[in-house]
Amino acid sequence: MSSAAVGDVMPAGTGWKSGSHLERVLAAGHFAVTAELGPPRSWNAEAVKKKIGLLKGSVDAANVTDNQTAIVRMSSIATALLMLPEGLEPIIQMTCRDRNRIAIQSDLLGAAAHGLRNLLCLSGDHQSFGDHPAAKNVYDIDSIQLVGTVKAMRDQGKFQSGADIKGGGPPFFIGAAASPFAHPLSMRPYRLGKKVRAGADFIQTQLVYDVDGFAAFMKKVVDLGFAEQTYILAGVGPLRSPAMARHLRDNVPGVTVPDALVERIEDAAKGIDENDKEARRNAWQAEGQRICVELIERLREVPGVAGVHIMAIEWEQAVRPIVEAAGLLPRPLTDAPT
Amino acid sequence: MIVAEQKSLQEIRKMLEGRSRVLAVGCGTCVTVCHAGGQRETAALASSLRMATRIDARPIEVDEAIVQRQCEWEYVDVLAARIEDYDAVLSLGCGVGVQTLAERFPRKRVYPALNTKFMGMPTSQGIWEERCIGCGNCILDKTGGICPVSRCAKQLFNGPCGGSENGRCEVAKSTPCAWHRIWERAEALGLVEELMQITPPKDWSSSRDGGPRRIVRDDLRLPGEETEAAS
Repeated sequence: MSSAAVGDVMPAGTGWKSGSHLERVLAAGHFAVTAELGPPRSWNAEAVKKKIGLLKGSVDAANVTDNQTAIVRMSSIATALLMLPEGLEPIIQMTCRDRNRIAIQSDLLGAAAHGLRNLLCLSGDHQSFGDHPAAKNVYDIDSIQLVGTVKAMRDQGKFQSGADIKGGGPPFFIGAAASPFAHPLSMRPYRLGKKVRAGADFIQTQLVYDVDGFAAFMKKVVDLGFAEQTYILAGVGPLRSPAMARHLRDNVPGVTVPDALVERIEDAAKGIDENDKEARRNAWQAEGQRICVELIERLREVPGVAGVHIMAIEWEQAVRPIVEAAGLLPRPLTDAPT
Repeated sequence: MIVAEQKSLQEIRKMLEGRSRVLAVGCGTCVTVCHAGGQRETAALASSLRMATRIDARPIEVDEAIVQRQCEWEYVDVLAARIEDYDAVLSLGCGVGVQTLAERFPRKRVYPALNTKFMGMPTSQGIWEERCIGCGNCILDKTGGICPVSRCAKQLFNGPCGGSENGRCEVAKSTPCAWHRIWERAEALGLVEELMQITPPKDWSSSRDGGPRRIVRDDLRLPGEETEAAS
Protein backbone atom coordinates (compact mmCIF):
# COMPACT_ATOMS: atom_id res chain seq x y z
CA MET A 1 0.00 0.00 0.00
CA SER A 2 1.25 3.44 -0.80
CA SER A 3 1.28 6.19 1.75
CA ALA A 4 -1.24 8.89 1.04
CA ALA A 5 -0.19 12.12 -0.46
CA VAL A 6 -1.23 15.14 1.52
CA GLY A 7 -4.45 16.46 0.11
CA ASP A 8 -5.62 13.14 -1.28
CA VAL A 9 -9.34 13.45 -1.65
CA MET A 10 -11.28 11.01 0.45
CA PRO A 11 -13.52 8.69 -1.52
CA ALA A 12 -17.09 8.66 -0.27
CA GLY A 13 -18.21 5.98 2.15
CA THR A 14 -14.80 5.11 3.55
CA GLY A 15 -15.78 5.65 7.15
CA TRP A 16 -13.34 8.48 7.55
CA LYS A 17 -14.60 11.87 8.59
CA SER A 18 -12.05 13.58 6.41
CA GLY A 19 -9.46 10.98 5.57
CA SER A 20 -6.78 13.51 6.46
CA HIS A 21 -3.35 12.27 7.40
CA LEU A 22 -3.83 13.66 10.91
CA GLU A 23 -7.10 11.80 11.34
CA ARG A 24 -5.48 8.56 10.18
CA VAL A 25 -2.45 9.00 12.46
CA LEU A 26 -4.72 9.51 15.45
CA ALA A 27 -7.11 6.71 14.50
CA ALA A 28 -4.16 4.33 14.23
CA GLY A 29 -3.31 5.14 17.84
CA HIS A 30 -0.05 6.96 17.13
CA PHE A 31 0.96 9.72 19.52
CA ALA A 32 0.36 12.67 17.20
CA VAL A 33 2.61 15.66 16.77
CA THR A 34 1.41 18.94 15.33
CA ALA A 35 3.12 22.30 15.20
CA GLU A 36 2.32 25.81 14.22
CA LEU A 37 3.19 27.62 11.02
CA GLY A 38 2.62 31.34 11.36
CA PRO A 39 1.97 32.99 7.98
CA PRO A 40 4.10 36.02 7.12
CA ARG A 41 3.01 39.64 7.33
CA SER A 42 3.59 39.85 3.60
CA TRP A 43 2.79 38.09 0.34
CA ASN A 44 6.13 36.34 0.35
CA ALA A 45 5.58 32.70 -0.60
CA GLU A 46 9.28 31.95 -0.08
CA ALA A 47 8.95 32.80 3.62
CA VAL A 48 6.21 30.18 3.86
CA LYS A 49 8.27 27.61 1.97
CA LYS A 50 11.18 28.15 4.32
CA LYS A 51 8.97 27.34 7.31
CA ILE A 52 7.53 24.35 5.49
CA GLY A 53 11.07 23.04 5.07
CA LEU A 54 11.65 23.36 8.81
CA LEU A 55 8.54 21.42 9.77
CA LYS A 56 8.09 18.85 7.01
CA GLY A 57 8.74 15.33 8.17
CA SER A 58 8.86 16.36 11.83
CA VAL A 59 5.15 16.69 12.43
CA ASP A 60 1.97 15.03 11.24
CA ALA A 61 0.32 18.32 10.39
CA ALA A 62 0.85 22.01 11.02
CA ASN A 63 -1.66 24.60 12.12
CA VAL A 64 -1.81 27.67 9.93
CA THR A 65 -2.90 30.52 12.13
CA ASP A 66 -5.67 32.90 11.10
CA ASN A 67 -4.37 36.43 11.73
CA GLN A 68 -3.22 35.46 15.21
CA THR A 69 -3.11 38.20 17.84
CA ALA A 70 -5.30 40.11 15.39
CA ILE A 71 -2.33 41.13 13.25
CA VAL A 72 -2.86 41.07 9.49
CA ARG A 73 -1.03 38.20 7.86
CA MET A 74 -1.31 36.02 4.80
CA SER A 75 -4.61 34.19 5.07
CA SER A 76 -4.68 30.76 6.65
CA ILE A 77 -6.28 29.04 3.67
CA ALA A 78 -3.98 30.68 1.12
CA THR A 79 -0.91 29.75 3.16
CA ALA A 80 -2.21 26.20 3.53
CA LEU A 81 -2.46 25.96 -0.25
CA LEU A 82 1.27 26.66 -0.45
CA MET A 83 1.84 23.74 1.90
CA LEU A 84 -0.14 21.06 0.08
CA PRO A 85 2.23 20.56 -2.87
CA GLU A 86 5.20 20.60 -0.49
CA GLY A 87 3.82 17.63 1.43
CA LEU A 88 3.21 19.26 4.78
CA GLU A 89 -0.38 18.70 5.84
CA PRO A 90 -2.11 21.88 6.99
CA ILE A 91 -4.64 22.38 9.74
CA ILE A 92 -6.34 25.56 8.67
CA GLN A 93 -7.60 27.83 11.40
CA MET A 94 -10.81 29.81 11.24
CA THR A 95 -11.70 32.48 13.76
CA CYS A 96 -15.10 34.02 14.38
CA ARG A 97 -13.61 37.47 14.71
CA ASP A 98 -13.37 38.45 11.06
CA ARG A 99 -16.09 36.60 9.21
CA ASN A 100 -19.80 36.11 9.54
CA ARG A 101 -21.47 32.76 8.87
CA ILE A 102 -21.76 33.54 5.17
CA ALA A 103 -18.05 34.23 4.71
CA ILE A 104 -16.99 31.34 6.94
CA GLN A 105 -19.02 28.73 5.07
CA SER A 106 -17.98 30.16 1.73
CA ASP A 107 -14.28 30.02 2.64
CA LEU A 108 -14.69 26.47 3.95
CA LEU A 109 -16.30 25.28 0.73
CA GLY A 110 -13.34 26.70 -1.13
CA ALA A 111 -10.86 25.17 1.29
CA ALA A 112 -12.46 21.76 0.88
CA ALA A 113 -12.45 22.10 -2.90
CA HIS A 114 -8.70 22.65 -2.76
CA GLY A 115 -8.19 19.52 -0.67
CA LEU A 116 -7.81 21.06 2.77
CA ARG A 117 -9.15 18.62 5.33
CA ASN A 118 -8.21 19.73 8.86
CA LEU A 119 -9.87 22.72 10.46
CA LEU A 120 -9.40 24.31 13.87
CA CYS A 121 -12.34 26.45 14.99
CA LEU A 122 -11.53 29.43 17.21
CA SER A 123 -13.10 32.54 18.66
CA GLY A 124 -10.00 34.51 17.70
CA ASP A 125 -7.90 37.03 19.59
CA HIS A 126 -9.72 40.29 20.16
CA GLN A 127 -8.76 42.98 17.67
CA SER A 128 -7.76 45.39 20.44
CA PHE A 129 -4.50 43.41 20.79
CA GLY A 130 -3.58 43.63 17.14
CA ASP A 131 -2.37 46.10 14.57
CA HIS A 132 -5.84 47.36 13.68
CA PRO A 133 -7.43 48.09 17.05
CA ALA A 134 -9.99 50.38 15.37
CA ALA A 135 -11.42 47.45 13.41
CA LYS A 136 -15.00 46.29 13.82
CA ASN A 137 -15.22 42.67 14.90
CA VAL A 138 -17.84 40.22 13.72
CA TYR A 139 -18.59 37.42 16.21
CA ASP A 140 -21.75 36.50 14.35
CA ILE A 141 -21.22 32.98 15.73
CA ASP A 142 -18.89 31.74 18.46
CA SER A 143 -16.32 28.96 18.26
CA ILE A 144 -18.71 26.28 19.55
CA GLN A 145 -21.39 27.35 17.11
CA LEU A 146 -18.71 27.23 14.40
CA VAL A 147 -17.85 23.64 15.33
CA GLY A 148 -21.54 22.77 15.17
CA THR A 149 -21.95 24.56 11.86
CA VAL A 150 -19.06 22.65 10.26
CA LYS A 151 -20.28 19.35 11.68
CA ALA A 152 -23.74 19.92 10.20
CA MET A 153 -22.15 20.87 6.88
CA ARG A 154 -20.09 17.69 6.89
CA ASP A 155 -22.47 15.13 8.35
CA GLN A 156 -25.83 16.42 7.19
CA GLY A 157 -24.73 18.21 4.05
CA LYS A 158 -26.49 21.33 5.22
CA PHE A 159 -25.56 24.95 5.54
CA GLN A 160 -26.23 26.70 8.84
CA SER A 161 -29.43 28.02 7.29
CA GLY A 162 -30.63 24.45 6.81
CA ALA A 163 -30.32 24.59 3.04
CA ASP A 164 -28.75 21.58 1.34
CA ILE A 165 -25.18 21.64 0.12
CA LYS A 166 -25.22 20.30 -3.40
CA GLY A 167 -23.32 17.05 -3.64
CA GLY A 168 -22.95 16.63 0.13
CA GLY A 169 -20.89 18.15 2.87
CA PRO A 170 -17.18 19.03 2.88
CA PRO A 171 -15.12 16.39 4.72
CA PHE A 172 -13.39 18.25 7.51
CA PHE A 173 -11.58 16.83 10.51
CA ILE A 174 -12.92 19.32 13.04
CA GLY A 175 -10.77 20.73 15.81
CA ALA A 176 -11.29 23.15 18.65
CA ALA A 177 -9.10 24.73 21.30
CA ALA A 178 -9.14 24.31 25.06
CA SER A 179 -7.48 26.49 27.67
CA PRO A 180 -7.01 24.34 30.79
CA PHE A 181 -5.54 27.11 32.95
CA ALA A 182 -7.86 29.94 32.00
CA HIS A 183 -10.51 31.02 34.45
CA PRO A 184 -12.97 30.04 35.72
CA LEU A 185 -10.89 26.88 36.21
CA SER A 186 -13.82 24.70 37.21
CA MET A 187 -15.62 25.49 33.97
CA ARG A 188 -12.77 24.50 31.64
CA PRO A 189 -13.40 20.74 31.49
CA TYR A 190 -17.07 21.45 30.80
CA ARG A 191 -16.26 23.95 28.10
CA LEU A 192 -14.04 21.36 26.42
CA GLY A 193 -16.95 18.94 26.76
CA LYS A 194 -19.27 21.40 25.12
CA LYS A 195 -16.94 21.59 22.14
CA VAL A 196 -16.90 17.80 21.95
CA ARG A 197 -20.69 17.74 22.11
CA ALA A 198 -20.79 20.28 19.31
CA GLY A 199 -18.65 17.97 17.18
CA ALA A 200 -14.94 18.54 17.83
CA ASP A 201 -12.99 15.52 16.57
CA PHE A 202 -9.80 16.82 18.11
CA ILE A 203 -8.76 19.40 20.67
CA GLN A 204 -5.52 21.37 20.86
CA THR A 205 -4.80 23.02 24.17
CA GLN A 206 -3.20 26.28 25.19
CA LEU A 207 0.43 26.02 26.32
CA VAL A 208 1.02 23.66 29.23
CA TYR A 209 4.00 24.14 31.54
CA ASP A 210 2.35 22.91 34.75
CA VAL A 211 1.90 19.19 34.04
CA ASP A 212 0.36 18.45 37.45
CA GLY A 213 -2.25 21.13 36.95
CA PHE A 214 -2.93 19.84 33.46
CA ALA A 215 -3.24 16.26 34.74
CA ALA A 216 -5.89 17.41 37.21
CA PHE A 217 -7.77 19.07 34.37
CA MET A 218 -7.46 15.94 32.24
CA LYS A 219 -8.67 13.72 35.06
CA LYS A 220 -11.89 15.70 35.15
CA VAL A 221 -12.15 15.56 31.34
CA VAL A 222 -11.66 11.80 31.43
CA ASP A 223 -14.09 11.34 34.35
CA LEU A 224 -16.76 13.32 32.51
CA GLY A 225 -16.32 10.96 29.56
CA PHE A 226 -15.15 13.56 27.07
CA ALA A 227 -11.64 12.23 26.45
CA GLU A 228 -12.91 9.06 24.78
CA GLN A 229 -14.99 11.06 22.32
CA THR A 230 -12.19 13.22 20.95
CA TYR A 231 -8.41 13.33 20.51
CA ILE A 232 -6.72 15.74 22.87
CA LEU A 233 -3.37 17.22 21.87
CA ALA A 234 -1.58 19.01 24.70
CA GLY A 235 -0.02 22.32 23.78
CA VAL A 236 3.67 22.83 24.47
CA GLY A 237 6.14 25.52 23.51
CA PRO A 238 9.87 25.95 24.05
CA LEU A 239 10.87 28.89 26.23
CA ARG A 240 13.50 31.04 24.52
CA SER A 241 14.62 33.40 27.21
CA PRO A 242 13.98 34.43 30.82
CA ALA A 243 12.05 37.45 29.52
CA MET A 244 9.71 35.24 27.51
CA ALA A 245 9.24 32.86 30.45
CA ARG A 246 8.36 35.73 32.76
CA HIS A 247 6.06 37.30 30.17
CA LEU A 248 4.13 34.06 29.75
CA ARG A 249 3.97 33.59 33.51
CA ASP A 250 2.89 37.14 34.34
CA ASN A 251 0.98 38.53 31.39
CA VAL A 252 -0.69 35.87 29.31
CA PRO A 253 -4.13 34.84 30.53
CA GLY A 254 -4.56 31.08 30.56
CA VAL A 255 -0.83 30.28 30.74
CA THR A 256 0.73 29.12 34.00
CA VAL A 257 4.52 28.82 34.14
CA PRO A 258 5.84 27.39 37.41
CA ASP A 259 8.58 29.52 38.97
CA ALA A 260 10.91 26.51 38.93
CA LEU A 261 10.88 26.53 35.11
CA VAL A 262 11.49 30.27 34.95
CA GLU A 263 14.45 29.78 37.25
CA ARG A 264 15.82 26.95 35.12
CA ILE A 265 15.86 29.26 32.11
CA GLU A 266 17.42 32.07 34.14
CA ASP A 267 20.06 29.75 35.53
CA ALA A 268 20.93 28.31 32.12
CA ALA A 269 23.16 31.29 31.32
CA LYS A 270 24.76 31.42 34.76
CA GLY A 271 28.50 31.75 34.54
CA ILE A 272 28.40 32.96 30.93
CA ASP A 273 29.86 36.41 30.36
CA GLU A 274 27.09 39.06 30.36
CA ASN A 275 28.53 40.49 27.15
CA ASP A 276 28.52 37.22 25.28
CA LYS A 277 24.93 37.63 24.17
CA GLU A 278 25.02 34.81 21.67
CA ALA A 279 26.35 32.26 24.15
CA ARG A 280 23.73 33.30 26.68
CA ARG A 281 20.97 33.05 24.08
CA ASN A 282 22.16 29.61 23.02
CA ALA A 283 22.23 28.44 26.63
CA TRP A 284 18.67 29.67 27.24
CA GLN A 285 17.39 28.14 24.04
CA ALA A 286 19.03 24.78 24.71
CA GLU A 287 17.50 24.71 28.18
CA GLY A 288 14.13 25.78 26.75
CA GLN A 289 14.22 22.89 24.32
CA ARG A 290 15.24 20.45 27.07
CA ILE A 291 12.31 21.60 29.21
CA CYS A 292 9.98 21.20 26.25
CA VAL A 293 11.16 17.63 25.67
CA GLU A 294 10.66 16.82 29.35
CA LEU A 295 7.16 18.28 29.22
CA ILE A 296 6.32 16.14 26.20
CA GLU A 297 7.63 13.04 27.95
CA ARG A 298 5.50 13.73 31.00
CA LEU A 299 2.42 14.69 29.00
CA ARG A 300 2.59 11.38 27.13
CA GLU A 301 1.88 9.69 30.44
CA VAL A 302 -1.21 11.75 31.22
CA PRO A 303 -4.35 9.66 30.58
CA GLY A 304 -6.43 10.98 27.74
CA VAL A 305 -3.60 12.75 25.90
CA ALA A 306 -3.40 11.67 22.26
CA GLY A 307 -0.58 13.89 21.12
CA VAL A 308 1.22 17.19 21.44
CA HIS A 309 0.86 20.48 19.64
CA ILE A 310 4.17 22.33 19.56
CA MET A 311 3.87 26.10 19.41
CA ALA A 312 7.32 27.41 18.60
CA ILE A 313 6.23 30.82 17.46
CA GLU A 314 8.72 32.33 15.00
CA TRP A 315 11.10 29.56 16.11
CA GLU A 316 10.14 26.72 13.81
CA GLN A 317 13.82 25.61 13.79
CA ALA A 318 13.29 24.27 17.31
CA VAL A 319 10.55 21.84 16.35
CA ARG A 320 12.58 19.09 14.73
CA PRO A 321 15.20 18.82 17.48
CA ILE A 322 12.47 18.73 20.11
CA VAL A 323 10.49 16.02 18.32
CA GLU A 324 13.67 14.05 17.78
CA ALA A 325 14.86 14.34 21.38
CA ALA A 326 11.41 13.30 22.57
CA GLY A 327 11.84 10.06 20.61
CA LEU A 328 8.98 10.86 18.27
CA LEU A 329 10.84 10.50 14.97
CA PRO A 330 10.28 9.24 12.41
CA ARG A 331 6.68 10.31 12.09
CA PRO A 332 4.36 7.53 10.99
CA LEU A 333 3.22 7.15 7.41
CA THR A 334 -0.40 6.22 6.99
CA ASP A 335 -2.11 4.26 4.29
CA ALA A 336 -3.99 6.13 1.67
CA PRO A 337 -7.69 6.31 2.39
CA THR A 338 -9.33 3.74 0.20
CA MET B 1 -30.76 54.34 31.11
CA ILE B 2 -28.92 55.76 28.15
CA VAL B 3 -25.44 56.75 29.25
CA ALA B 4 -23.58 59.55 27.51
CA GLU B 5 -20.43 61.59 27.91
CA GLN B 6 -19.70 65.15 26.93
CA LYS B 7 -17.46 65.79 23.95
CA SER B 8 -14.37 67.89 24.56
CA LEU B 9 -14.87 71.64 24.60
CA GLN B 10 -12.36 71.82 21.77
CA GLU B 11 -14.43 69.54 19.54
CA ILE B 12 -17.65 71.38 20.35
CA ARG B 13 -16.02 74.73 19.60
CA LYS B 14 -14.78 73.45 16.27
CA MET B 15 -18.32 72.38 15.36
CA LEU B 16 -19.70 75.77 16.28
CA GLU B 17 -17.11 77.84 14.41
CA GLY B 18 -18.76 80.67 12.51
CA ARG B 19 -21.97 80.57 14.55
CA SER B 20 -23.00 83.63 16.50
CA ARG B 21 -26.14 82.65 18.41
CA VAL B 22 -26.46 79.14 19.75
CA LEU B 23 -29.17 77.56 21.86
CA ALA B 24 -27.80 74.80 24.13
CA VAL B 25 -30.58 72.34 24.90
CA GLY B 26 -30.23 69.91 27.76
CA CYS B 27 -32.44 66.95 28.51
CA GLY B 28 -34.09 66.14 31.83
CA THR B 29 -34.07 62.37 31.55
CA CYS B 30 -31.22 59.85 31.12
CA VAL B 31 -28.41 62.33 30.51
CA THR B 32 -29.44 64.26 33.59
CA VAL B 33 -29.12 61.15 35.70
CA CYS B 34 -25.70 60.33 34.22
CA HIS B 35 -24.51 63.92 34.66
CA ALA B 36 -23.78 64.53 30.99
CA GLY B 37 -26.51 66.79 29.67
CA GLY B 38 -28.84 67.93 32.42
CA GLN B 39 -29.57 71.48 33.53
CA ARG B 40 -26.32 71.81 35.45
CA GLU B 41 -24.14 70.47 32.65
CA THR B 42 -25.93 72.59 30.07
CA ALA B 43 -25.34 75.73 32.12
CA ALA B 44 -21.70 74.83 32.67
CA LEU B 45 -21.07 74.08 29.00
CA ALA B 46 -22.85 77.24 27.85
CA SER B 47 -20.80 79.29 30.26
CA SER B 48 -17.53 77.64 29.13
CA LEU B 49 -18.38 78.33 25.51
CA ARG B 50 -19.23 81.96 26.21
CA MET B 51 -16.00 82.46 28.09
CA ALA B 52 -13.74 80.62 25.66
CA THR B 53 -15.13 82.34 22.58
CA ARG B 54 -14.94 85.74 24.26
CA ILE B 55 -11.28 85.19 25.10
CA ASP B 56 -10.69 84.44 21.44
CA ALA B 57 -12.49 87.64 20.50
CA ARG B 58 -14.98 85.65 18.45
CA PRO B 59 -17.76 85.51 20.99
CA ILE B 60 -20.71 83.22 20.51
CA GLU B 61 -23.88 84.07 22.30
CA VAL B 62 -25.01 80.89 24.02
CA ASP B 63 -28.37 80.60 25.70
CA GLU B 64 -29.64 77.63 27.62
CA ALA B 65 -32.82 75.61 27.59
CA ILE B 66 -33.82 72.31 29.10
CA VAL B 67 -36.58 69.99 28.01
CA GLN B 68 -37.89 67.16 30.10
CA ARG B 69 -37.41 64.55 27.36
CA GLN B 70 -35.58 65.46 24.19
CA CYS B 71 -36.78 62.27 22.50
CA GLU B 72 -40.48 63.10 22.27
CA TRP B 73 -42.23 65.64 20.02
CA GLU B 74 -44.46 67.05 22.72
CA TYR B 75 -41.52 67.94 24.93
CA VAL B 76 -39.39 69.59 22.27
CA ASP B 77 -42.32 71.57 20.88
CA VAL B 78 -41.83 74.15 23.64
CA LEU B 79 -38.66 75.26 21.85
CA ALA B 80 -40.54 76.24 18.70
CA ALA B 81 -41.30 79.75 19.97
CA ARG B 82 -37.68 80.73 20.58
CA ILE B 83 -35.64 78.62 18.20
CA GLU B 84 -35.84 81.15 15.35
CA ASP B 85 -33.68 83.51 17.40
CA TYR B 86 -30.68 81.21 16.99
CA ASP B 87 -28.56 80.15 14.07
CA ALA B 88 -27.71 76.78 15.60
CA VAL B 89 -28.79 74.35 18.27
CA LEU B 90 -26.35 72.49 20.48
CA SER B 91 -28.04 69.41 21.87
CA LEU B 92 -26.95 67.91 25.15
CA GLY B 93 -29.34 65.05 24.60
CA CYS B 94 -28.38 61.56 23.54
CA GLY B 95 -28.24 60.66 19.85
CA VAL B 96 -31.99 60.24 19.90
CA GLY B 97 -32.47 63.73 21.29
CA VAL B 98 -30.20 65.33 18.71
CA GLN B 99 -32.17 63.69 15.92
CA THR B 100 -35.51 64.61 17.43
CA LEU B 101 -34.47 68.27 17.41
CA ALA B 102 -33.09 68.02 13.87
CA GLU B 103 -36.28 66.41 12.63
CA ARG B 104 -38.61 68.78 14.47
CA PHE B 105 -36.64 71.88 13.37
CA PRO B 106 -35.49 70.97 9.87
CA ARG B 107 -34.20 74.45 9.03
CA LYS B 108 -31.87 74.59 12.03
CA ARG B 109 -28.41 73.13 12.16
CA VAL B 110 -28.26 70.84 15.22
CA TYR B 111 -24.94 69.79 16.75
CA PRO B 112 -24.28 67.01 19.26
CA ALA B 113 -22.50 68.01 22.47
CA LEU B 114 -22.43 64.44 23.76
CA ASN B 115 -21.18 61.07 22.68
CA THR B 116 -23.89 58.55 23.39
CA LYS B 117 -22.17 55.51 24.87
CA PHE B 118 -24.52 52.71 25.88
CA MET B 119 -27.54 51.43 27.74
CA GLY B 120 -26.39 50.73 31.23
CA MET B 121 -26.39 51.62 34.87
CA PRO B 122 -24.26 53.29 37.50
CA THR B 123 -22.53 50.42 39.30
CA SER B 124 -21.14 52.78 41.91
CA GLN B 125 -20.73 56.53 42.30
CA GLY B 126 -19.21 57.93 39.11
CA ILE B 127 -19.02 54.58 37.28
CA TRP B 128 -21.42 53.41 34.58
CA GLU B 129 -21.37 50.04 32.87
CA GLU B 130 -23.06 48.70 29.77
CA ARG B 131 -25.83 46.15 30.29
CA CYS B 132 -27.82 45.88 27.04
CA ILE B 133 -27.26 46.40 23.33
CA GLY B 134 -30.92 46.05 22.40
CA CYS B 135 -30.38 42.94 20.29
CA GLY B 136 -34.13 42.47 20.12
CA ASN B 137 -34.19 38.86 21.26
CA CYS B 138 -33.40 38.54 24.94
CA ILE B 139 -31.51 35.45 26.12
CA LEU B 140 -31.09 36.40 29.77
CA ASP B 141 -33.19 33.38 30.74
CA LYS B 142 -30.36 31.15 29.51
CA THR B 143 -27.49 32.99 31.11
CA GLY B 144 -28.55 33.54 34.67
CA GLY B 145 -29.62 37.13 34.12
CA ILE B 146 -26.16 38.22 32.94
CA CYS B 147 -25.91 39.31 29.31
CA PRO B 148 -22.95 38.03 27.26
CA VAL B 149 -24.16 39.90 24.18
CA SER B 150 -23.51 43.28 25.77
CA ARG B 151 -20.95 42.31 28.41
CA CYS B 152 -18.60 39.89 26.62
CA ALA B 153 -16.08 41.54 24.28
CA LYS B 154 -16.61 38.70 21.79
CA GLN B 155 -20.34 38.26 22.34
CA LEU B 156 -19.81 34.58 23.06
CA PHE B 157 -22.88 32.42 23.67
CA ASN B 158 -21.36 29.21 24.98
CA GLY B 159 -18.82 30.10 27.61
CA PRO B 160 -15.71 32.19 28.19
CA CYS B 161 -12.78 32.46 25.80
CA GLY B 162 -9.26 31.79 27.02
CA GLY B 163 -8.78 35.42 27.96
CA SER B 164 -10.70 35.29 31.22
CA GLU B 165 -8.41 35.75 34.19
CA ASN B 166 -9.28 36.25 37.84
CA GLY B 167 -12.80 37.08 36.82
CA ARG B 168 -11.65 39.84 34.49
CA CYS B 169 -11.72 40.32 30.74
CA GLU B 170 -8.35 40.47 29.01
CA VAL B 171 -9.61 43.21 26.71
CA ALA B 172 -10.07 45.56 29.67
CA LYS B 173 -8.99 44.40 33.10
CA SER B 174 -11.54 46.75 34.67
CA THR B 175 -14.35 44.80 33.00
CA PRO B 176 -15.66 41.72 34.75
CA CYS B 177 -15.72 38.62 32.54
CA ALA B 178 -19.43 38.11 31.90
CA TRP B 179 -18.98 34.38 31.46
CA HIS B 180 -17.06 34.05 34.69
CA ARG B 181 -20.07 35.58 36.44
CA ILE B 182 -22.53 33.44 34.51
CA TRP B 183 -20.59 30.33 35.51
CA GLU B 184 -20.40 31.35 39.17
CA ARG B 185 -24.15 31.84 39.24
CA ALA B 186 -24.75 28.55 37.45
CA GLU B 187 -22.59 26.72 39.98
CA ALA B 188 -24.30 28.43 42.90
CA LEU B 189 -27.78 27.75 41.52
CA GLY B 190 -27.00 24.21 40.34
CA LEU B 191 -27.50 25.04 36.68
CA VAL B 192 -24.27 23.62 35.25
CA GLU B 193 -26.04 21.04 33.09
CA GLU B 194 -28.23 23.80 31.69
CA LEU B 195 -25.13 25.73 30.65
CA MET B 196 -23.82 22.59 28.96
CA GLN B 197 -26.65 22.89 26.44
CA ILE B 198 -25.31 24.42 23.26
CA THR B 199 -26.82 27.75 22.36
CA PRO B 200 -27.21 27.70 18.56
CA PRO B 201 -26.24 30.62 16.30
CA LYS B 202 -28.26 33.69 17.10
CA ASP B 203 -30.82 35.18 14.75
CA TRP B 204 -29.38 38.68 14.47
CA SER B 205 -32.19 39.89 12.22
CA SER B 206 -33.96 41.27 15.29
CA SER B 207 -30.83 43.25 16.09
CA ARG B 208 -29.37 46.23 14.26
CA ASP B 209 -28.21 43.79 11.57
CA GLY B 210 -31.76 43.55 10.26
CA GLY B 211 -31.72 47.28 9.53
CA PRO B 212 -33.17 50.15 11.56
CA ARG B 213 -35.90 48.80 13.79
CA ARG B 214 -39.46 49.87 14.29
CA ILE B 215 -42.33 48.77 16.48
CA VAL B 216 -45.95 49.24 15.50
CA ARG B 217 -48.61 48.63 18.12
CA ASP B 218 -51.98 48.84 16.43
CA ASP B 219 -53.66 48.49 19.81
CA LEU B 220 -52.17 51.84 20.76
CA ARG B 221 -52.87 53.71 17.53
CA LEU B 222 -55.51 56.39 17.84
CA PRO B 223 -58.82 56.38 15.97
CA GLY B 224 -58.38 58.04 12.62
CA GLU B 225 -54.65 57.27 12.53
CA GLU B 226 -53.56 54.95 9.82
CA THR B 227 -52.86 51.43 10.98
CA GLU B 228 -49.88 49.51 9.72
CA ALA B 229 -49.26 45.83 9.58
CA ALA B 230 -46.61 45.07 12.19
CA SER B 231 -44.58 42.83 9.96
